[in-house]
Amino acid sequence: MMDFLARFTFTGPSNWIIQRITAIVMAAYLFFIVGYLITNPALTYDQWSELNNLLLMRVFTLVTVAAVAFHAWIGMRCVLTDYITVRLIGPKANGLRNTLQLGLALIILFYLVWTIKILWGL
Amino acid sequence: MLNVSIYRYNPEVDAEPFMQDFEFDTQGKDLMVLDVLEKLKIQDPSLVFRRSCREGVCGSDGVNISGKNGLACITPLSECVRGDKLVIRPLPGLPVIRDLVIDMSQFYAQYEKIQPYMINNSPPPAIERLQSPEERKKLDGLYECILCACCSTACPSFWWNPEKFIGPSGLLQAYRFLADSRDTATEERLANLDDPFSVFRCHGIMNCVQVCPKGLNPTKAIGHIRNMLIRNAA
Repeated sequence: MMDFLARFTFTGPSNWIIQRITAIVMAAYLFFIVGYLITNPALTYDQWSELNNLLLMRVFTLVTVAAVAFHAWIGMRCVLTDYITVRLIGPKANGLRNTLQLGLALIILFYLVWTIKILWGL
Repeated sequence: MLNVSIYRYNPEVDAEPFMQDFEFDTQGKDLMVLDVLEKLKIQDPSLVFRRSCREGVCGSDGVNISGKNGLACITPLSECVRGDKLVIRPLPGLPVIRDLVIDMSQFYAQYEKIQPYMINNSPPPAIERLQSPEERKKLDGLYECILCACCSTACPSFWWNPEKFIGPSGLLQAYRFLADSRDTATEERLANLDDPFSVFRCHGIMNCVQVCPKGLNPTKAIGHIRNMLIRNAA
């Protein structure tokens, strides 16, 4: 299992595939929400609330936020390892990059937990 | 008169690099940049640059000419002089040894990583390993690379991670062997490239294609490798 996880998380092809799949999920969610808003111009709170109380909708939202989380993690790690390197900004780079990555992980985790809390009112 | 501005740096003498200006009379001829360098070297013998074949085959005289990497020997002044000014710098991103000469160790280290030779452990036939014309055609646009480093030193991903990202030149060569019907080490070669850096740090900005003096397309080769890796992983 760990082998599979390590392979899936740390190889180039899997990162590439995850970026594409998560992008499709985010696009689908965006199209759905925009489409819903356009087709319901006089949207009321009750209607919006009803939509978001559907189990399917809650799962869709959670899956989308999880997609954002993976997408952001891979993309931001790529940016950080490109720009925050010893070669570019000197020996303090490794510490700074690790700190930023930790910060990024915490923010992503926070958003995920917050989303679950909002969706299921835990 | 042509104003030629050249990057100068002799670490034994100079505290830091500087640009030195030369006046050069082209006598109305559309010379190659290498001709200008050769003549300026007569004027100032301390000027240092690499050159060998002077016809775009050896790949020794890759330099940055008015902002674009290229071979000095096959770049005519008419292509690179703006106003009356020609600016020549060493290829960017690698350490400068002196003037226009760079230390290419990192570039060669990446080239070595991709095992740039045929791997086939089956017993060799009496004469030679044959290919069909179609199989041979797949190597066109790949085998012509002369390792001048113009592409890799034009690539931001290579500037940022030269120890981890193979670079366009190395990857073009990697695909040259992946695409070769006589090579049997495809799996092993792909396994050596499937980390997040070696291939996947290419973001497809195509600087390599723009500067390649041989008109090759490393981005396309990298795309083929990426597809092979993804197919292999799926």
